[in-house]
Amino acid sequence: MGKVVLVTGVSRDLGRRFARRLAAQSDIDRVVGVDAVPPRDDIGDVSFVRADIRNPVIAKVLAKEDVDTVVHMSVIATPGSAGGRGTMKELNVIGTMQLLAACQKAPGLRHLVVKSTSTVYGASSRDPAMFTEDLEPRRAPSSGYAKDVSEIEGYVRGFARRRPDVLVTTLRLANVLGPHVTSPMTSYFRLPIVPTVLGFDPRLQFLHETDLLRVLAHAVHAEVPGTFNVAGDGVMLLSQAVRRLRKPTVALPRPAVGSLASLLKSARMADFSPEQLGLLTFGRGIDTTRMRRELGFEPERTTAEAFADFATSIGHPPRLAERAVDGLAPSPPEPVPAPGAGRG
Amino acid sequence: MGDAEIIPIGTGGRPGRGSGSVRPSNASRGLAGDAARTPTSRKTAPRKTAPRKAAAADEATEATEIPVVEVRRPTTTQERSPLGGLSPHDWLSALQSGARQVFGEDWEAQLAQFLAFLRRRLSGDYEVDDYGFDPEVAERLLLASLRPVAQKWFRIETRGVENLPAEGGALVVSNHSGTLPVDGLMTMLTIHDETGRFLRPLGADLVFRMPLVSALARKGGATLACNEDAERMLAGGELVGVWPEGFKGIGKPFHDRYKLQRFGRGGFVAAALRTGVPIVPLSVVGAEEIFPLIGNIPALARLLGIPYVPITPLFPWLGPLGLVPLPSKWLMEFGEPIRTDDYEPSAADDPMLVFNVTDQVRETIQHSLYALLGQRESVWR
Repeated sequence: MGKVVLVTGVSRDLGRRFARRLAAQSDIDRVVGVDAVPPRDDIGDVSFVRADIRNPVIAKVLAKEDVDTVVHMSVIATPGSAGGRGTMKELNVIGTMQLLAACQKAPGLRHLVVKSTSTVYGASSRDPAMFTEDLEPRRAPSSGYAKDVSEIEGYVRGFARRRPDVLVTTLRLANVLGPHVTSPMTSYFRLPIVPTVLGFDPRLQFLHETDLLRVLAHAVHAEVPGTFNVAGDGVMLLSQAVRRLRKPTVALPRPAVGSLASLLKSARMADFSPEQLGLLTFGRGIDTTRMRRELGFEPERTTAEAFADFATSIGHPPRLAERAVDGLAPSPPEPVPAPGAGRG
Repeated sequence: MGDAEIIPIGTGGRPGRGSGSVRPSNASRGLAGDAARTPTSRKTAPRKTAPRKAAAADEATEATEIPVVEVRRPTTTQERSPLGGLSPHDWLSALQSGARQVFGEDWEAQLAQFLAFLRRRLSGDYEVDDYGFDPEVAERLLLASLRPVAQKWFRIETRGVENLPAEGGALVVSNHSGTLPVDGLMTMLTIHDETGRFLRPLGADLVFRMPLVSALARKGGATLACNEDAERMLAGGELVGVWPEGFKGIGKPFHDRYKLQRFGRGGFVAAALRTGVPIVPLSVVGAEEIFPLIGNIPALARLLGIPYVPITPLFPWLGPLGLVPLPSKWLMEFGEPIRTDDYEPSAADDPMLVFNVTDQVRETIQHSLYALLGQRESVWR
């Protein structure tokens, strides 16, 4: 007998693709997709139920469909897409509370998978190089997405205590990149000129979108309880990333980047959140040892490969300086000079 | 260089001894003799001699010019139009000889390598490790620019380099001094030049809060001084450097020089015990004298959020020039490694053992500091 999986947030691109992918797998009986708005694209074999998770209706859906696994993906990072920060907070926090309340009342539920983010660790100058799952943020997040997520994780931990028979898997994902992803990070890299914080070169880690879908599916199958960091191998510096994007940068002092960010936000050019400014100043690394050892998941792409795929999707012509260097040495040159060439 | 020993540092505020007062003291006027006693005679003296000197110079030039009567013909060129007579081949050979001048005989390979390097840096096609360490930046920019300072300015001498393991994790524990962490940079360079390994320094969070310093520190291989990072690096087989005195050591007044401060809470020993790596004590002599700290501006330091704003004999009086370190003579001694692999990793949770090992390391460094001080002829040589 296969599983019945309920996926929240299927109207958004990644949620829809994950639900479709899951529905195509043989050991999954049925996938129920839930969202407040109907999906715009084809959702394949997924049966869609239009329900707002902020609403007790979700409990009825859980009972009626006899769901045994819930994948909670409906945590949004972009206030712009939700229609403002207030709505975003309500969707994230109240929605999760309602969903967990419904889960608590569902006797058939066996497994809960929550998509969280590495943003919960914050970013500061006192951070260790690599966060393991047991480490707390050095400074508790005070606003925005990071605060939402840390509250959500708190509720999930409370739920795990009240329903010890349900396996709870929390996945803390690094910044997800890919051709189809819309997030504060991708809109930042899509800016024509990339603003950076003067004098800081943060370390960044990325997860490719296919690896995001894979790790969620893996978590549904593996049924390993616990909290896991998920990221591609290796780190990149921001300076390295923008060079690989071949985009011009402008380095500004930190307060100036902050005001530029709010300007861009009001101009709807980029969703630039305050916690992202922290990340772009101090950077963050997460340790993925537990992901390999306990969860048994191996990402297909490293941080650099995930970024390379994203970079080709937004392709940018080489800059003048690179063209000049390329013109002088068109290919990786041979170390041995031609005989007699130096005697002219 | 024998007279270099008597360069005075500070005057103790006594007037008339280079304290900057306009008029020399009565005693010094007495020493100077009759000529210096009246200011007017000093002023007129050069005026009298100046014309005489000029005249002498004129005579000299005339005398030398007289025998040289050979008139050189004006030079002229065959080709009158621009670019007309210069074949591409001539251009090429000119470029090639220029390249030979700059890059030496194997210029083509050198240039190719340089271009490959430039391309790699411009396109971001290089790797950094989990801590943001960029070996190319560290080696080609940071260490290469420090090397002349270490060799010519501080004339660093090293002892006991064989105590550094050629591979595997080890914790280098050093005394800290010098107002600015120049000793850390010099230790990194010395270890790299002597063993070929990169020392990975553990820095205070202030380092990672400061613009520019933060970016360079991570690229140079530093990471935050916390147990998580220390253990991760040591377990990864890195050579980790730690300065447990911290700001107490680097910012201590000049009259406390070479007196080791408290060694933190012994966190570095716990990290070494957990990972079972040897502790190599390092004593650095010379860094104390580069910026002798004679004062502090606590109010400004609080305002800027830094531990101290130093006053040295040269800073801030000479402005940026005051940031030039004094050329003291440096000695570095790597002591015999203190092994920790005999202990169980759980020994790190035994505070008494941790304190004992901490004290042992501290005593070793203090003793070899005194021994090294005796080996120096003076501060400067």
